[in-house]
Amino acid sequence: MLIDALERVGAAVRGRVERVGYGARFFVRLLWLAPAALARPRLVVDQLHFIGNRSLSIITVSGLFVGFVLGLQGYYTLQRYGSAEALGLLVALSLVRELGPVVGALLFAGRAGTSLTAEVGLMKAGEQLSAMEMMAVDPVARVLAPRFVAAVIALPLLAAVFSAVGVIGGWVVGVQLIGVDPGAFWSQMQAGVDVFDDIGNGVIKSVVFGFICAFVALYVGYEARPTPEGVSRATTTGVVAASLAVLGFDFILTALMFGTD
Amino acid sequence: MSAPAATPFVCIDAIEFGYDDRPLLSGVTLHAGRGEVVALMGGSGSGKTTLLRLLGGQLRPRAGRVVFDGADVPALGRDALYRLRRRMGMLFQFGALFTDLSVFENVAFPLREHARLPERMIRDLVLMKLDAVGLRGAAGLMPSQVSGGMARRVALARAIALDPPLLMYDEPFAGLDPISLGTIAQLIRRLNDSLGATSIVVTHDVPETFAIADRVYLLGAGRIVASGTPAQLRGSADPYVRQFLDGARDGPVQFHQPAPPIAADLGIGR
Repeated sequence: MLIDALERVGAAVRGRVERVGYGARFFVRLLWLAPAALARPRLVVDQLHFIGNRSLSIITVSGLFVGFVLGLQGYYTLQRYGSAEALGLLVALSLVRELGPVVGALLFAGRAGTSLTAEVGLMKAGEQLSAMEMMAVDPVARVLAPRFVAAVIALPLLAAVFSAVGVIGGWVVGVQLIGVDPGAFWSQMQAGVDVFDDIGNGVIKSVVFGFICAFVALYVGYEARPTPEGVSRATTTGVVAASLAVLGFDFILTALMFGTD
Repeated sequence: MSAPAATPFVCIDAIEFGYDDRPLLSGVTLHAGRGEVVALMGGSGSGKTTLLRLLGGQLRPRAGRVVFDGADVPALGRDALYRLRRRMGMLFQFGALFTDLSVFENVAFPLREHARLPERMIRDLVLMKLDAVGLRGAAGLMPSQVSGGMARRVALARAIALDPPLLMYDEPFAGLDPISLGTIAQLIRRLNDSLGATSIVVTHDVPETFAIADRVYLLGAGRIVASGTPAQLRGSADPYVRQFLDGARDGPVQFHQPAPPIAADLGIGR
């Protein structure tokens, strides 16, 4: 009885470790094939359009509203301590250090990640990947690598757009609607936001998140069972896993980057 | 036909294959010589498509040999396998066209990926291949805009784009109307003869296949139950062959899935 239970636990753990190993090898394979994908810019540019341009509307609108809320909430809290002039600094730092990369990555995982997963899963279901293999073309190199490269390029750009639009949103609410002094708003921001420590770290974060979202979306799509339920389950798993990974890595990166002050 | 003492062009010898706990194929032997159209028939789930995948190197047998033009397929490394696959053309059951590319781009795909040709030459080749299947006029359409039969013909044009010496067809007749059926069957034969290729057709469509095949292998219960020319199979007295060819409900392949007696299921015991 006990032996049975132990056997099952052992088998489950072994299965998990095998999957982790397989995933790691898949990630390395994508990295390995990425430079070759860049050598065929047409493929990458097409994907950049599907992944990046098509995400702009949700990123900008979300950024705007997050900026609005930051302006509002920031003002309420700061004003209690008489520091309402620091609103610009607060909005900018929150966006550039955290919200731009993280919320941008979460939105990206939801919008672009799921469409990548669904597309790859459906190509698998329609035997397109198999057909490509039989035509002696490696589907990972031809289909997945360009999408990977495009996603890694797109996410930092989208995060930057998110932050920029968010600052504008904060300005609209803080300066235009509430009446915070615009001079203080911008000058405090200029003084307090450092291009390397704040913006640079934010960019590094979004690059890391780009790798995560792209890899997770493509992996679950490639491994999906070629049925409607399989693709549906893959998209769900993909979004959940990518989101959790982004949040987990955000904590680690934040601790590393901003911890020692 | 081919040199008597040489190994046949395609040689599958005594292979064993199964998934985890389920054995699927046992001791299956199949040969195809150059220029032959060989039909592989059998009931659904008998392992016909699996044999094609074994031949193409997508699966590895547990035992036995798979030899294509002298090359031992399961033993090949990735690069060598890919080089071998350039000499195979495969037509998947529903075409498996790339849905984001037009008909023209689909047929051009193997040419663009493997042959360094100027654009004009690719264009001419693609149009010739499409012309061979009668779809030169559809070159600008997207896969979603063509019917099932047409999609399969486009996939056929794509499979012959590099003039491969081996063509594999996975259920090319499934779900087609009578006109398309006849068209595809004639195309398979004509292309095989004009390309000097070898074709392996996996199907369970008896009349169309018997009209074009040089040799037929019948797969049942994981082994080859019968092989020979269409005429030989028609005259065979083997019960499995007879049930298959006549479409009889009962025979070696049972109609009823094994189950307790119906009286017990309905609760009207005596």
